[in-house]
Amino acid sequence: MTTPTVPDTRLERELQELLSTPVSEAPVELAASTPAAASDAEAATKRLVIINWSGELDRVWPTLIMSSAAAASGYKTSVFITFWGLLPFVKDERRITGENWMQKMLSFMQRPGISHLKLSKMNFMGMGPWMIGSLAQKYNVAKPTELLEAAQAMGVEFIPCQMSMEMFGLRREDMIDGLGEPAGAATVLELMTQPNTASLFI
Amino acid sequence: MSLPAPAATTVEATRLDARGLKCPMPIVRTAQQIKTLASGELLEVLATDPGAVADFAAWSRSTGNELVRQSIDDGVYTFVLRRK
Repeated sequence: MTTPTVPDTRLERELQELLSTPVSEAPVELAASTPAAASDAEAATKRLVIINWSGELDRVWPTLIMSSAAAASGYKTSVFITFWGLLPFVKDERRITGENWMQKMLSFMQRPGISHLKLSKMNFMGMGPWMIGSLAQKYNVAKPTELLEAAQAMGVEFIPCQMSMEMFGLRREDMIDGLGEPAGAATVLELMTQPNTASLFI
Repeated sequence: MSLPAPAATTVEATRLDARGLKCPMPIVRTAQQIKTLASGELLEVLATDPGAVADFAAWSRSTGNELVRQSIDDGVYTFVLRRK
C-alpha cells in the first residue's frame, strides 16, 4: 500500500464537504452500508438444521427437544420432515391417509399423528410406548405434543418433504397447521451450508 | 449470597416457577417469559432440575441474557437473569 506524499487536494476537499454535511443530509452511500451490517448479523446467527427422517417416538422426541431448546437459545431452527418422519406431523385425528390402496394400507399399519408413535425397540404392541409415556408423566418430562407446541410457538420451522408427501399421498390438509412450504433436498442443503450451522440427521 | 446486591436488583424481578420441569422446558419457558420483559429487566427463575445449572449458564452465553446470580436452597435453584 502506498501513501501519497503530496497532499491530495481533491480528497481533502471532498472530506471537508463530507464533514460539514449534517448527519441528516448525509449522502446515501453511507446509508447503503446498513444492509451489509445486517447481513453480517445474519451470518453470526447460530442455526440448527435437523433432518427428521424417523417417525419413531425415541427419535422424534430428541428432535423436538433439540429443536425447542435451540429456538429457546436464539438459534434459527429448521426441521426438514421426510419419509417416516412426516407421519408424526399428520393431524392426530386423521386415521387413514393416502389416495391409493398401498398408501392407505401404510397409514393403517402405522397410524399417523404425534400421539401414535411407536418405539424403535421394545415396542411390544404398544406396551413400550405406554410405559415410556407413564414414566414421562411420573417424572414430569415434557411429552412430544407439548414440545411440538412450544417449538412451533418459538418459531421452529418444520419443512415437509414435497416428494415424500406425494409418495405417501399426504395432502397439506392432512398435516398439522403451521408447517412451512413443502420443499426438497436442495433447500435443505442450502440451509445446512449456512455459516454457524449445526446439522443433524435423526 | 454474601455479595452486595447490585443496584439494579432492587428493581422487582418477574418470577417464573419452573419447579418440577425437566429439560428442555425450564429454558423453553424462560425464553418465552423473558421476551415479555424490556431490556435490562430481571427475571427470577425457580427450578429443581439439576441439569438446569449447566443449561442456564449455556443459555445465558448463547442468548446474551446475563445470568446475574444463581443460588440453591433446599433443592430449589434460583437463577436471576437480566434481559439483553
